[in-house]
Amino acid sequence: MSSQATFAAALLDPRQACPPGLCCANGADPASRFAVYRNNVLGSLINALADGYPVVRQLVGDEFFQAMAGVHAQACAPDSPLMNRYGAGLADFIERFEPASSVPYLADVARLERLRTLAYHAADAQAADLGLLAAALAAPPSLGTLRVMLHPSVHLLASAFAVVAIWAAHQAGETLAGIDPGQAQQALVLRNGLDVEVFAIDHATYTFIQHLQNGLSLDQAWAFAPDADPGHTLALLINHHAITCLHHDKVLP
Amino acid sequence: MTTSCKPAVPGAQAAHVELPPRAGLGLKTGHFQAVLGSRPDIGFFEVHAENYMVAGGPFHHYLSLIREHYPLSLHGVGLSIGTEGKLDEVHLKRLAELIERYQPQAFSEHLAWSSHGPVFLNDLLPLAYDAQTLDRVCAHIEHVQETLKRPMLLENPATYLAFERSTIDEPDFLGDVIRRTGCGLLLDVNNLYVSCVNHQRDPLAYLDALPLHAVGEIHLAGFAEDADSLGDRLLIDDHGAPIDLAVWALYRQVLKRIGPVATLIERDNQVPAFSVLQEEARQADELLHGARRLI
Repeated sequence: MSSQATFAAALLDPRQACPPGLCCANGADPASRFAVYRNNVLGSLINALADGYPVVRQLVGDEFFQAMAGVHAQACAPDSPLMNRYGAGLADFIERFEPASSVPYLADVARLERLRTLAYHAADAQAADLGLLAAALAAPPSLGTLRVMLHPSVHLLASAFAVVAIWAAHQAGETLAGIDPGQAQQALVLRNGLDVEVFAIDHATYTFIQHLQNGLSLDQAWAFAPDADPGHTLALLINHHAITCLHHDKVLP
Repeated sequence: MTTSCKPAVPGAQAAHVELPPRAGLGLKTGHFQAVLGSRPDIGFFEVHAENYMVAGGPFHHYLSLIREHYPLSLHGVGLSIGTEGKLDEVHLKRLAELIERYQPQAFSEHLAWSSHGPVFLNDLLPLAYDAQTLDRVCAHIEHVQETLKRPMLLENPATYLAFERSTIDEPDFLGDVIRRTGCGLLLDVNNLYVSCVNHQRDPLAYLDALPLHAVGEIHLAGFAEDADSLGDRLLIDDHGAPIDLAVWALYRQVLKRIGPVATLIERDNQVPAFSVLQEEARQADELLHGARRLI
């Protein structure tokens, strides 16, 4: 094993001995100095996770979060120097992390927070011109064949828990009083200008937007979600600058 | 190693660096609006390159606006110049794109390693200073400079450990790298002080052994204190405290030797209000102004 391989392995695994070949000018035990690097690495990874998952941290408390993030970091170090990508696997980890099982919605709150990070850094795209949108929507014969391109920041999440309500309560420093965590909720996440916004949407709207995002026309998407209100959904997307382009099918499939 | 003081030489600043000889601040996301709103008199801003390797959103929005009004120093923390393996070409390409986009006045990285294979350790890890490492670091820096089509600045590290196999003193190692590759030196005065305390070296002797003619930027920061197994003082470069008096004193010695050079107040943890950082920048500006008069 190369010296950096030995060093790296020992950094991430506290059970391993301090690597050989290290020394201190004052004759101190190198292990006491190596511990600084170990703490720096683990501490920085835990901090990165804490920054990306503030509501998860609030839900379980600092101490629990630090311990949980530490276990995750030791098992799953970053695979890129882009730290804003780190933590993508935390939600899946939480789902399998037995000590967190008493908070069944924790993994989905983590998923929502991850989507907010993705939306925050997503590519920029100009919202479609309102006049063009109005013109396209005012042409009923062809309305159904219209396809929309959604902003790159648009993300959806379906949860068996009241994930949006739980998340929102923590933005205002409120408690979960009055929230039934077991109430299924769907989230729409998007970046409107510079601000990431989160909406609770019903399941039909979720399905409708999901199919629009996959490139289906309004009619086709509606067929998958007959309970959706296309007018209401389009208004929501238009008002929050989430439609970047629209075009008509030439040929109906 | 030489320990004699070099006289201040006009134009001693590395010729390729265009940062103004003023105090600069790290640009924090929490300060974006304050900076744009009040346009404070700050010499330049510095950002971590990796934070801006994102597709779009507020980071690019604000940096583009701020770049219109301020010189920029791009500081990399993820290139792993000292890696035993190959440099990450994908990362280097991202860096080239960022430099193309923002045209920073300076680009700097560290004499350290942070990646091993696919694993990124998110820390600046120490190197054994021998002929083999020297060849490798020089080859990596040459490759970076060829790819970026510009010289880079290399930062002296803060370290907590040494390697038995090291055969070259750190200042001489930096001198060799700079002579062989033509890169400049980012002189981190806090790192210098931290390393000298941790390795029982004389900070002024270390300073005078450095290739000071190549300094293109200076960093000032605060440290944390710990103790090692002997109970000796162990300083940790955590960028989480105000600049220590000992570091300010050493900074005065640096300016006496090389004259005014762009100086960053580096604060990455426990970031205080913008006005507190501005006050540290003002102190540095005062010293820079004094150093200008000496030349």
